[in-house]
Amino acid sequence: MDQALIRAGRALRLALLLVLALLFLIPFYLLLRNGLATEADITAPDWTFFPRSLQWDNVGELFADPNLPMARALLNSSVIAVATTLGTLLLASLAGYGLARIPYRHANAVFYAILGTLMVPAAVTFVPSFVLVSSLGWISTLRGLIIPTLFSAFACFVFRQYFLGFPRELEDAARVDGLGYWRTYWRVVVPNSRPVFAAVGTIVFIGAWNAFLWPLVIGQDREAWTVQVALSTFTTAQNVNLHELFLAAAVSILPLVLVFFLLQRYIVAGVERTGIDD
Amino acid sequence: MIRTLLGAQNRNLWFWVFVGPFAVGLALFTYVPLLWSVWLSFFDAHNTVTPTRFVGLDNYLAMLGDGAFLSSLGTFLLFSAFIVPATYVLSLGLALMVNRVRIAQAFFRSVFFLPTACSYVVASLVWKLSIFNGVRFGLANTVLGWFGADQTAWLSSTDPPWYWLVIVTVRLWLQAGFYMILFLAGLQRISPRLYEAAAVDGAKPGWQTFRHITFPQLRATSVAVVLLLVINAFQAFDEFYNLLSDSRGYPPYARPPLVYLYYIALGSEQNLGLGSAGAVILALIIAVATIVQARWFGLGRKED
Repeated sequence: MDQALIRAGRALRLALLLVLALLFLIPFYLLLRNGLATEADITAPDWTFFPRSLQWDNVGELFADPNLPMARALLNSSVIAVATTLGTLLLASLAGYGLARIPYRHANAVFYAILGTLMVPAAVTFVPSFVLVSSLGWISTLRGLIIPTLFSAFACFVFRQYFLGFPRELEDAARVDGLGYWRTYWRVVVPNSRPVFAAVGTIVFIGAWNAFLWPLVIGQDREAWTVQVALSTFTTAQNVNLHELFLAAAVSILPLVLVFFLLQRYIVAGVERTGIDD
Repeated sequence: MIRTLLGAQNRNLWFWVFVGPFAVGLALFTYVPLLWSVWLSFFDAHNTVTPTRFVGLDNYLAMLGDGAFLSSLGTFLLFSAFIVPATYVLSLGLALMVNRVRIAQAFFRSVFFLPTACSYVVASLVWKLSIFNGVRFGLANTVLGWFGADQTAWLSSTDPPWYWLVIVTVRLWLQAGFYMILFLAGLQRISPRLYEAAAVDGAKPGWQTFRHITFPQLRATSVAVVLLLVINAFQAFDEFYNLLSDSRGYPPYARPPLVYLYYIALGSEQNLGLGSAGAVILALIIAVATIVQARWFGLGRKED
């Protein structure tokens, strides 16, 4: 009796998970469905789950359309996301290590000054940051889109927590060999910390690729549009083809889905090790 | 010479070699804008970052007397009241189920985490133009039509406010997977011995075990999740902007503070002084709310 009950519970849980999984996948399906359908199929009053025909020509049409600068936007987004990720990893990991391992009288004060900025969401600084960046003359430049986003207190915090738990024996051995902080860091600490770099890097990359408010405010010229800004501009435009818009959106998530499948296990491992949730 | 550089007296130098670049950047791009914003908020600053006319607290009084700004704060509170508990329950539920499922665990974990790869822009596009499309060709209306329901204009109907359903489900779909991963990590740290001991003591698997073992053991994770959820809800902008604005502009209802400040400071008026005053008010509210919450959950104590 008990066995049967447990088995029934297990089956019920699996069924529930399957239903939820399907619900979670539907938006991805709709992106592809509408991207590869005809305009008439998308706007048909008698809407059907499967499109009546698949239009693979839509792909070529998307990149040939002079009104929707997809290639340029993809390039901008790639440069910004890669530069932001590398810069953030470098700056935040160095700072996190310094805070965790180099004894300094005011280290705690510095740490709390950094941590305090977590309380100030980007929401609140965007007006003055815009003012600052525009007075530097950085509107619609890659500098303006990248540099102000490089200083992530969240990434610094994660690295500090991780390095606090890093085994000291490894560093002590390096110290005995006569290495200073700098070389200990690069030769011993970094090579042994790949999962946390991968985890933080993935999170930063996703955030940079999907960022919207900052690129919207700073990337005003068409030449400086990121993928997100380009897509957003065209969701409210009158003359754009819906299938083109959906296909563009589907293309825009491809890089992340790839990064994500390659690095997913590091995110989970990274979260477990760094104690983001501690 | 290298030896002396590595000595204790040079620790201060090395500390700043490591921390300095980050600290300077953070000061320049977070602290400077904050102070600048406070300064700007006391000036009449239309379309300029170097204002000349000092107006004292006028901007603050204008914002606090501005019904639209106050209602934007109300919108945020209402939004948080929906999205924080909803995401908490869904992500914890998913984690509990995924943690115990024996078949295709990696598949389920990936599917629920996959929306994290989507931007609010892309999700809003799907929600607005495909699922919750107004009258003609949406998935929601089609499915409801099978059951004989009338077509609903999801985004423009304010009575009942169906646009809330659209706005809450977008964020729920996008962020539940990330918090599920945090909970999964927390679940994996719970010692199996606790469950064995509970079983010996006669606790039934299921609700009793969850209430007395799993949930208390997840306390640290829960605190972090709620804190992150609230901070993220404060920043709500993308989905409101992309779902509710169209070529004709933006409807006055359901406009959270950030969207409202965006229109004030960078819209046609370019009133940076007024926008900054609103930003400072918002910053103060957030700071107070965060400190109260941190005290409430005892976050400070964990540092000791």
